[in-house]
Amino acid sequence: MIHFPILRWGQEYKSLELAKVEHFLTGEPVAEVSQANPGIVARDLRKGAGRARDVLREIPCADLLAMVKKGGELFKSADLPLGDGVQTPDDFVRQQSATTGLPEHLCRMNMGKLEYVLTHLDDVLRSLTRRLDYDILTRGYGEEDGVMRSYQATTPVLGMVLPSNSPGVHSLWLPIIPLQIGLVLKPGPQEPWTPWRMAQAFFRAGVPREAIALYPGLGEVGAAVLNNSPRSLIFGGTATVEQYAANPGVQVHGPGFSKILIGDDVVDDWERYLDLMVESVAINSGRGCINCSGIWASRHTREIAEAVAERIAPIGPLPPDDPKAELAAFTVPGQAPAISADIDNALKEDGVEEVSARHQDGGRLVSMERCDYLRPTVVHCGSPDAAMAKKEYMYPFVTVVECPQDKMIRAIGTTLVATGLTGDPAFSRALLDARNIDRLNLGPVPTTRLNWLQPHEGNIVDFLFRPRAFQQAS
Amino acid sequence: MTTENSTAETRAAQARTALDAWVREIVEWHFNPDTGCPFWLDWAREAGWDPRREVHGFDDLAKFPHFQDEKLRGGPVRRWVPRAYADRPTFVFETGGTTGIPKSRVAQEDFRIDYELFSETLPDEHFPKGSNWLMLGPSGPRRLRLAVEHLAQHRGGICFCVDLDPRWVIKLIKKGWMEHLKAYQDHVIDQAITVLSAGHDIRCLFSTPKLLEALANRLEADGSCLKDTGITGIFAGGTEFTPQWNRFAHEELLDGIYMTPTYGNTLMGLAGSPPSGPENGYKITYYAPQPRAVLQVVDPDDADRVVGYGETGRVMLTTLTKEFFVPRFQERDEGEREPPCEQYPWDGVSGVRPFSRLASATTVGVY
Repeated sequence: MIHFPILRWGQEYKSLELAKVEHFLTGEPVAEVSQANPGIVARDLRKGAGRARDVLREIPCADLLAMVKKGGELFKSADLPLGDGVQTPDDFVRQQSATTGLPEHLCRMNMGKLEYVLTHLDDVLRSLTRRLDYDILTRGYGEEDGVMRSYQATTPVLGMVLPSNSPGVHSLWLPIIPLQIGLVLKPGPQEPWTPWRMAQAFFRAGVPREAIALYPGLGEVGAAVLNNSPRSLIFGGTATVEQYAANPGVQVHGPGFSKILIGDDVVDDWERYLDLMVESVAINSGRGCINCSGIWASRHTREIAEAVAERIAPIGPLPPDDPKAELAAFTVPGQAPAISADIDNALKEDGVEEVSARHQDGGRLVSMERCDYLRPTVVHCGSPDAAMAKKEYMYPFVTVVECPQDKMIRAIGTTLVATGLTGDPAFSRALLDARNIDRLNLGPVPTTRLNWLQPHEGNIVDFLFRPRAFQQAS
Repeated sequence: MTTENSTAETRAAQARTALDAWVREIVEWHFNPDTGCPFWLDWAREAGWDPRREVHGFDDLAKFPHFQDEKLRGGPVRRWVPRAYADRPTFVFETGGTTGIPKSRVAQEDFRIDYELFSETLPDEHFPKGSNWLMLGPSGPRRLRLAVEHLAQHRGGICFCVDLDPRWVIKLIKKGWMEHLKAYQDHVIDQAITVLSAGHDIRCLFSTPKLLEALANRLEADGSCLKDTGITGIFAGGTEFTPQWNRFAHEELLDGIYMTPTYGNTLMGLAGSPPSGPENGYKITYYAPQPRAVLQVVDPDDADRVVGYGETGRVMLTTLTKEFFVPRFQERDEGEREPPCEQYPWDGVSGVRPFSRLASATTVGVY
């Protein structure tokens, strides 16, 4: 069986505690994963975090950039070490699908997304650093256009507590190595594949092994990564977001509550945007934080809900290797039934109706022997005050909410991506000024279509480097 | 059959004979109106059978229902004191207590006897007689603090202690106040560092895995290490004592310091463990201080069935002392049943961890 060791600054370490990762359909063990203990994380970070940055600082940023770009190609196309053997790209897709429940073609799509980001990383970094000379980051200071600039790294390494649900989120940590900051990765329990393969691709491309650590394990290992890294990213639910919201050392990536907001000026032409709405809700099996979970408009909301439901509600489970498979399985026992029960409960409120139910024989929950599926769900809410209007789940689920335009921005709550469909300058201005919206698309851009040159939930460069005053006597 | 096997079987049979005899003596004691405690005498009256007539050996204890530790909540605590011992000085030790009324256990000499027995398992070269101890564990109404202090005194040393309130720790975890939790742990380690640096010639330490790790980390951050403190022997306990942690400690923290893992709680004595290391995959197997306590590994769905060797089950405890009788208490832990060994000719349990069906409700603190 494939064994994932712990990587202690690049050195493999087999734990006495092994967790089996199983195929979501057959229950067959796919891999065993060495489980770290929190003490190992604390100890390694104390002893090796500084060294991780030091070895990276010995290599110019531009060279590191070339290495990770090469790593991107290797990640997509090379046979890379895994267990006692090698992993082909096709193996990777099959294995990732087997443990996460994501259809294989979506795994391949995410793989392509990561490769795209890596091959365009110089553009991404140029944008995120606002064309700063990388040597200034390395040296800590330097003149630019006759002005002294100084940036101090806030941490030698970035800790990351990664999720299992959507491999695309790994794109967020890809720019770190070229910034000469080490990586401390705690993979999601069902998704050790991407962090491992990416690390191997980076190593083969020349990134020093001492710069990357990988600690699979349970929640306490994630806590150890957070507690011992001066700067961390964590992915989690609303509770996680609330727990770390006030911690400046932790950048939290939670549910997106991403939305499409249709202005009064275009809402009568809503049918023109149907494809955009469907793509935003259903692509990548609705798993991402950038998937749309709310469509808001002041009128035509019933017709919109009905039209979206007609398109996505018939989608059902297909085998993971079927290229037409659009739904990912829920592989954690009890998770899908709990979500379904939560929806049933929220549907009890007046003015809330599950429009998709009419298109689904047998209901939304499809239970199989070892996994469950939730079929796409469209709910109409007659008022933004309905509790259902604030719901988001990890599958194609969307509420279509009737809300006057002038109350919309205040009522939507925190929104990671908002697509504003409007040509109204006043509404556009209000959307631009809305501080509860992070990424804003004005015009017909699906919420899921990201411009990688733009910051996502905060600029990672600003998180890792602080600008400061610096003067040097001549 | 080899001579070795034969000897082992003979020793196991002798241990079993001794256990059966001890069970008869204990049952006679606890259910005799002149010596027993009000709780068990009342219980027998209501149950309508006389254990003294019907219990002839350990297996007959199956006639008792599983002890429910909820019975230990609240007073009057005197109902647990055997009449024959009514005039002896009595301690009360508490367990839990984060919310509601804690469970209480009375004790007079038991904790001293248990730890004196345990003392016999400690190698003198690592736990030198006459040396001083640091008790880096819970204070307050806990058995552990007094027991470790007695252990130190029994071995001719003096025990230094820290203030550690585990109930506050659990509250911090439940509230999600992780910064406060870290600060509290630092506060505890500060106390330990102060004691260790004060010239008290401390050679022996009681600690839990988390606190030992925190102590080692602090020392290393200060440019020192556990060995530099002069500590040569560590008596450690806690259900987080996994083989992986045991290995990590031996390979990366202890630097040759001897450590003996133990398993125990307020209801039982102290289960010791034979040495573990790379030769046995750092597996820790605990053996109860039979006949004063018996650990069994039973089927969680049928606690009358002891699982086979190597199989997983729930830990079931029977405490058999003249101060305290607890039949067939199902612990909140699970593990694998292990065969007798040379040092302990009765069953043991390895891989002890929180019982998986209750694990989500269990909060494990800093200590």
